[in-house]
Amino acid sequence: MNGVKSESVREPLILGNPSLGDVSDKIAGIIESPPTKKFWALVTITSIIALQGLCSVAYTVWVGPGVWGVNNPVGWGWAITNFVWWIGIGHAGTLISAILFLFRQKWRTAINRSAEAMTIFAVMCAGLFPLLHTGRQWIAAYWLLPYPNQMQMWTNFRSPLEWDVFAVSTYFTVSLVFWYTGLVPDFATMRNRIKNVLGRNLFSFFSLGWTGSTRNWAHYEMAYLILAGLSTPLVLSVHSIVSFDFAVSVIPGWHTTIFPPYFVAGAIFSGFAMVMTLLIIARWVLNLHDFITLKHLDNMNKIMLATGMMVGYAYAMEFFIAAYSENPYEQYVFLNRAFGDYAWAYWSMVSCNVLVPQIFWFKKLRRSIPAMFVASLLINVGMWFERFVIIATSLHNDFIPGSWDYYSPSWVEVSIYVGTMGIFLTLFLLFAKFVPMLAISEVKGVMPGAQPKHDHH
Amino acid sequence: MEEQTLTQPVKSESAETEASAHMEQPDARATSDPLAVMGDFVDPNEVTDAARAIHAAGYTDFDIYTPYPVHGLEKAMGMKKTILPFFSLGGALFGLGNAIFLQWWTGTLHYPLNIGGKPFFSPWFGMPVMFELTVLLCALTTAVVMFGLLCKLPQWHNPFQKDAGFRRAVDDTFVVVIEAKDQRFTVDSATNLLEKLGASNVRLVNV
Repeated sequence: MNGVKSESVREPLILGNPSLGDVSDKIAGIIESPPTKKFWALVTITSIIALQGLCSVAYTVWVGPGVWGVNNPVGWGWAITNFVWWIGIGHAGTLISAILFLFRQKWRTAINRSAEAMTIFAVMCAGLFPLLHTGRQWIAAYWLLPYPNQMQMWTNFRSPLEWDVFAVSTYFTVSLVFWYTGLVPDFATMRNRIKNVLGRNLFSFFSLGWTGSTRNWAHYEMAYLILAGLSTPLVLSVHSIVSFDFAVSVIPGWHTTIFPPYFVAGAIFSGFAMVMTLLIIARWVLNLHDFITLKHLDNMNKIMLATGMMVGYAYAMEFFIAAYSENPYEQYVFLNRAFGDYAWAYWSMVSCNVLVPQIFWFKKLRRSIPAMFVASLLINVGMWFERFVIIATSLHNDFIPGSWDYYSPSWVEVSIYVGTMGIFLTLFLLFAKFVPMLAISEVKGVMPGAQPKHDHH
Repeated sequence: MEEQTLTQPVKSESAETEASAHMEQPDARATSDPLAVMGDFVDPNEVTDAARAIHAAGYTDFDIYTPYPVHGLEKAMGMKKTILPFFSLGGALFGLGNAIFLQWWTGTLHYPLNIGGKPFFSPWFGMPVMFELTVLLCALTTAVVMFGLLCKLPQWHNPFQKDAGFRRAVDDTFVVVIEAKDQRFTVDSATNLLEKLGASNVRLVNV
């Protein structure tokens, strides 16, 4: 770990110099070993958290969103904050699996599988909120989806909220397809070794009969490349379209052209923080230190530093544009953001998102597990506050001072938000236990000596 | 937690017994008709050279089963470049066409609604949905065509799977398989070729 090193002596991606069989044994071993008491205890806790959230969801559906704290100027409250937060968290998964794949960043192989799983679960949590927010979910189908119905009415394609429906559902589907495509060869590995009959049947089914034929790999690799190529603009489009929900409106503080890149950078930032939180726990609980090395964590911290600075730049630029525009409403919104009723939220956001990542300038802190764990948690908090600040401060003091109000959530909103964390963690735990958590075939492909040397040709 | 011998390349004479213990009982209808000759490699360079040699010897019904994609192996086997991108392009255009038609037809013909004086159809507000449906249909087409059409999956029964060595192709071995349905196939010639190329555990698998 000393300063200067030549490029050819790169730090290995996998420690301990395992053989191909060791890699299968290690990753499949997580699935083959019986679930421990610790695992069941954790799943029980997270399931209870999820269940209480689902009770609040049922309560909201039964009574209506009036049980929330949303009021007349602040119609979007926690629900949309949570929606944007969860969608953003998903973005790191796609960035790692698709964009880093296109850039041939081999270090992604140890973390892409779990990051993709995280994407899928996060989007599931995100989707819950706008659906609840429609108020009458049982008739929301014809507002959201263009299908032929007896009223002969169609969705309003001129609304950014409708674009969101397409963006989020496409994002979920494509992420799922990408994830499953990556899983097929690993399911085949599991099928051929697991002793449990139910497990073998399930892995047989989901592996589709994959054999590792080179004639199949050639098509498979092209498909993977195409899916990565599609996911890359997709991930940029999804959070851009989410930001259009705000930017296309004429609300001061929302109606800015900086929103799409600013939201995408923030999404990647928060997503990496969440991947970091989960991976630190996973590598500790499942003893994956040889596969998820300090080098991986170091690289991720660098990305967090970069995206954190982009977000910080966007915060500053918003203020500059507000001043430069000489639009009094715009100027008021930003002064109100920093010094008004929600100043506490604004400064929490700035400290967590701009100041905290600065510790990653130092290599020692980039490689210190406690430091990065605390930082990742704080960044998650900060990015939640970012969305809350954008929504609450632009709405609560609107154009007519007579209608100004302060918004705070009811217990139902808090309970649903906490519940989605329970859903997310339960799904993630089940994934980590029953699905190959690291991409077995991809890890094997980047091991030293795994690829033929082409120099004799 | 002690390390198993699994990590060693296959050298077992017990392949047959292991197979019957792992799988169902040997099929009573089993004949002695040859199905394929198989041989194992552990070195990616050697297996690439072997692929080139088998292709040069004129075999067409042969394949190499590997735990991960080995770069350049498909070229050494003489495979043509995959036609998958054309299907993907078709899927993308289908998605784009659908998105344009959906927004134009519903907005202007089937039920035009004046909302805030905005146009009934315009490519500008239609852009996000057009992009998303293009990506969606392209991705679904790519995955379905790749697995279903080009890889011919799902395949619920594979006769090679009864060979224990073959089952390790998804674990740690490169298994070269020359199939009996190849016109040049004779048990002796295929066995000799694989042995000459340095394959270990060269074996005949019957139907």
